[in-house]
Amino acid sequence: MIQVQKPRLILDNGLRLDGRKPDEMRPIKIELGVLKNADGSAIFEMGNTKVIAAVYGPKEMHPRHLALPDRAVLRVRYHMTPFSTDKRKNPAPSRREIELSKVIREALESAVLVDLFPRTVIDVFMEVLQADAGTRLVSLMAASMALADAGIPMKDLIAGVAVGKADGVLVLDLNEPEDMWGEADMPVAMLPSLKQVALLQLNGNMTPQEFRQGLEMAQKGIEIIYNLEKEAIRKKYAEYREE
Amino acid sequence: MSGTNKIYFEDRSIVTPGDLIAEGEFEIPWSPYYYKIGNKYYSAITGLLEVKGNLFEIIPLEGNRYFPKVGDTVIGLVEDVEIYGWILDIKSPYSAYLPALSLLGRPVSPGEDLRRYLNIGDYVIAKIETYDRTINPILSVKGKNLGRITSGTVIDIPPVKVPRVIGKNKSMLEALTEETGCEILVAQNGRILANCANKMVEEALISAIEIIEKESHIKGLTEKIRKFLREKLGENKNDTSAKTSTNT
Repeated sequence: MIQVQKPRLILDNGLRLDGRKPDEMRPIKIELGVLKNADGSAIFEMGNTKVIAAVYGPKEMHPRHLALPDRAVLRVRYHMTPFSTDKRKNPAPSRREIELSKVIREALESAVLVDLFPRTVIDVFMEVLQADAGTRLVSLMAASMALADAGIPMKDLIAGVAVGKADGVLVLDLNEPEDMWGEADMPVAMLPSLKQVALLQLNGNMTPQEFRQGLEMAQKGIEIIYNLEKEAIRKKYAEYREE
Repeated sequence: MSGTNKIYFEDRSIVTPGDLIAEGEFEIPWSPYYYKIGNKYYSAITGLLEVKGNLFEIIPLEGNRYFPKVGDTVIGLVEDVEIYGWILDIKSPYSAYLPALSLLGRPVSPGEDLRRYLNIGDYVIAKIETYDRTINPILSVKGKNLGRITSGTVIDIPPVKVPRVIGKNKSMLEALTEETGCEILVAQNGRILANCANKMVEEALISAIEIIEKESHIKGLTEKIRKFLREKLGENKNDTSAKTSTNT
């Protein structure tokens, strides 16, 4: 579905290509504990974007000299499966995937209480099963849910959503055409209950006013996602409650 | 302590990472499961919040690792034999070291093969003698009922479920012992040693423990387990006593 010409991103009725309002997010589905062998795991879906994450650890670091004396090391791998895009993606880690692994690792380091486990390592794996814009944030949220599922202490769950500009209109939670043809893309991830920003990137251009407005929009979205995340965790225990 | 202390959750509610639990100054012991910013207490894990008057405690619901604590009794699995001691897996992020001196009560003579005393795959009941952030835990087997396990079955559970298997004032443990007649030792690191009279009882005990593991956050679990074991063992319990009497 490669289009050569830029489509109209905002239709005459003010709605977007997939029928959403500018400040509407895609439907979200979260499932915890999907893998038996991992210490913690989660599947996170946001519209057509789908990511599975697995966490192992904390465990002893081998080789020993890579361990840090005062905190745990996070080893994070973000990877896109060959079938996640419409054209086969080479499974070898690309420049982009290595960079995103680093960006996600730094965001996770701000949440996980790494100083509780000196000299250990926590492995976090994320596989993008289906890509439709916003994979870095969905991966980050999947990883944060998997960490919660593994029982690793952390400051807060991470929630994030992208804001962007399409045809001059600020839009929340971009989809693929908006990501490709829009004027700006700004992923924001936060630790919502502490009101701290864990990740913020900006691609394209926005005026300072648009930036402020966009950040506000993102915060509202993050609040909704955060509640869905908490609900997903509680749901696991509610099942037994009813008995 | 003043009247400004406020707890925002009810007793036995489920908290998730980042939940603001309480505000004020509480005299509660340090725990990895909460953290404090200013005078605000936040949860760091998914857990069950227990409120006792002016105090609270978070009981974790997830976690496959054990936090070593000095003085805890643990069951270790021998992973490696070294010249002067053994490396044991205690289900924590750190492997533990058991010096041969502690087990033999004398220094190792040169050229002695420690495999004669403990080999890879053996289970050992031990106490954690020293541990802090900078060193791996060191174990000791000096004391009553410590040392190599010679009989029984070791059952693995997630370490966070240990408090539930023991229960309040050991109520759950008592229920398990009374109903099955097994000799049960629950080690802090999530390994249970059971000495049962026969295979049937042992299997019933294992399935009871599996229920505790799965439904650890439910109220009135002790009674449910008692009922479950009674139903399952009904007539077999008499079997047990018959067998033990013939054995002795």
